[in-house]
Amino acid sequence: MHLAADLLKKQFPSEIVEVVEFRGDTTVVVKPERIRDICRFLRDDPTVAFKYLSMIAGLDYFPESPRFAVVYNLYSHQNHDRLTLKAYLASATAPAIDSVTSVWATADWHEREAYDLMGIRFKGHPNLKRILLPEDWKGHPLRKEYPQRGDQDAATWVNRRIDAKK
Amino acid sequence: MGIEEHLGYNVLTTTLEKIVDWGRKSSLWPCTFGLACCAIEMIVTAANRWDIARFGMEAFRASPRQADLMIVAGTVCKKMMPAIKRIYEQMTEPKWVIAMGACASSGGIFDSYPVVQGIDLYLPVDVYIPGCPPRPEGLLYGILKLHEKILQDPFLTKQYRDKLAARREAA
Amino acid sequence: MEPVKPIPQTETMVLNVGPQHPSTHGVLRVVVELDGEVMVRAEPDIGYLHRGIEKMCEGRTYHKCLPLMNRVDYLSGEVNNFGFCLAVEKLLGIEVPKRAQYIRVILAEFTRIASHIFWLGTHGHDLGAMTPLFYGFREREKIMDLCEMVSGGRMFPLYFRIGGLAADLPEGFIEKAWEFVKEFPEKWKDYDTLLTENEIWKQRTIGVGVMSAEEALNWGWSGPMARGSGVDWDLRRDNPYSSYEDFDFEVPLGTKEGDTYSRYLVRMQEMLQSNRIIRQALEKLPPGDIKVDDPRVSLPPKEKVYTDIASLINHFKLIQEGLKPPKGEVYQAIEAPKGELGFYIISDGTAQPFRVKIRAPSFVVLNATNKLATGRLLADLIAIIGTMDIVLADVDR
Repeated sequence: MHLAADLLKKQFPSEIVEVVEFRGDTTVVVKPERIRDICRFLRDDPTVAFKYLSMIAGLDYFPESPRFAVVYNLYSHQNHDRLTLKAYLASATAPAIDSVTSVWATADWHEREAYDLMGIRFKGHPNLKRILLPEDWKGHPLRKEYPQRGDQDAATWVNRRIDAKK
Repeated sequence: MGIEEHLGYNVLTTTLEKIVDWGRKSSLWPCTFGLACCAIEMIVTAANRWDIARFGMEAFRASPRQADLMIVAGTVCKKMMPAIKRIYEQMTEPKWVIAMGACASSGGIFDSYPVVQGIDLYLPVDVYIPGCPPRPEGLLYGILKLHEKILQDPFLTKQYRDKLAARREAA
Repeated sequence: MEPVKPIPQTETMVLNVGPQHPSTHGVLRVVVELDGEVMVRAEPDIGYLHRGIEKMCEGRTYHKCLPLMNRVDYLSGEVNNFGFCLAVEKLLGIEVPKRAQYIRVILAEFTRIASHIFWLGTHGHDLGAMTPLFYGFREREKIMDLCEMVSGGRMFPLYFRIGGLAADLPEGFIEKAWEFVKEFPEKWKDYDTLLTENEIWKQRTIGVGVMSAEEALNWGWSGPMARGSGVDWDLRRDNPYSSYEDFDFEVPLGTKEGDTYSRYLVRMQEMLQSNRIIRQALEKLPPGDIKVDDPRVSLPPKEKVYTDIASLINHFKLIQEGLKPPKGEVYQAIEAPKGELGFYIISDGTAQPFRVKIRAPSFVVLNATNKLATGRLLADLIAIIGTMDIVLADVDR
């Protein structure tokens, strides 16, 4: 959405990396450091009013660098349009970004899922633990090097748990 | 000739096994074990069009202690597997397992890290019903096949009991 | 003087509403902390049906992802494919012919009615009303017959393809669809008389699971959940896709209280509105192609494949290698029966998607369970889970 991209350029000129328009969707690529402020601005500004967060997705661009990215998709009920924010994370070994649970409550489980499946840590999240996989699962399945059928740890998980209970 | 002549047609004679097997198959109570999409077809089988009450099975018991048939309907995920094993162990003898659908039989289309590739890796299965999901008629056919199996269940013979124990151990 | 007896200190009890339980919503585990009968905390524990669909999509061509997508929200099988096909078509930049769009709308709305009937049956069953299940399944079976007529599959028709549909409607479908559309409002009255003015139903649902409109947006609620709280938002009307702008329908808002009864009214009315949309689509169904005429996307007609070498090669390449969208990323959201179902697809120019992220409505709605359940009685937990209309495959993918 052009309007939101212009507002962001005025308010956070140093944080915007690029604005991509593709098939009617606008993606604003931002730096990850001040993501919380950017999101709060987008939510509270009366002209754009992005009060609704659709989803947060973690991305893995292995073997390219920067490897990890986080995508936020916002919707404005006032203008009936969407905006996608994308932030490439600096570290490829310990990817981390601020949590936006204080901006939208729904970010809670989206961030837990991104942590569970991709291994991205969200700083300031109230309850960052695995959500879809068991607590003691090792590895982050959506990463590119994780095999689809699971690794050795995945193959033996059930037997280990059943033996532990005996 | 024999005792039937004297008793007339008021008395029925049969073997103990046959009458108990007939009783068991006529009122198999399934344990509600719908996990995923196949559960919907199982519910539909119990609903008005393919009435499973015709076979005495409309009492889907939630408690495994009161059920004798476990229809594993749906994808079995690794996180759920210990719970399934525990529920199977809580069921009282005699008990049977139907693997309904492709996912319970062999993992189905989900050849991926969190899915158990077939419930028969951990439980002894009596009837496999293929399909994704199997039509309600398919489920009923599988149940009728199980009825046939139960009718021939020689549970009083020692050889059978030993084989059953061995099968349980292996699973 | 009698010594004053101290008030006994009680501890809260942790109850595990385990992954296997009678309410037919699937493998959901809720860890409830109880103070007597009142819930202090209710945390859902999910992941018991996580099947790794997003990971599997990365190893398949776009068409091969369609059977996986069908099984994401298994009560409304074809609507998931609707969203996925729309997302890939957006990525490709193609527009599906009008006839295919109308047929897609017809099937999607039938699936919406089927999903809501199932919700009504199971929600009622959980709270003790067993009759709506049997009444509703009578109609749901007719819809399943229609889906089966189109493609052979009852719950998962797999009829939509990227670029249109697999084939045109079979003979007899339109007559049967008209029969259903004409008699549905009468049958709907059956369900309505059972529960809407029923005192017991009202006592169990009014005031349970209240969420205000601002909080609903904060928690990411969409679809009937948000509309029950008074948010006037429907993606079919506000961001129309696949010719929904040609149809005239209302968006019901319930009583705006944001409780279970309001959401019940919203879903009941939505069934009638879906019927209205199907009626209009059947009346205005245009003739024409059912697949976009683009050789990079659609399979050529079978007669040409058997006679013309270029069509044969085209067919072969499309089946073997799959279609190759340009590099880019799109997000497409549709109004599924459960809420906003979104697909975020990144393509790197090859035949396999680079990343497919499914924005599942049930996952987002379940997040607010703790907020809804705190302070209420344990029996209300079942009403809350029922009203959220969750499908565990949608939650866990």
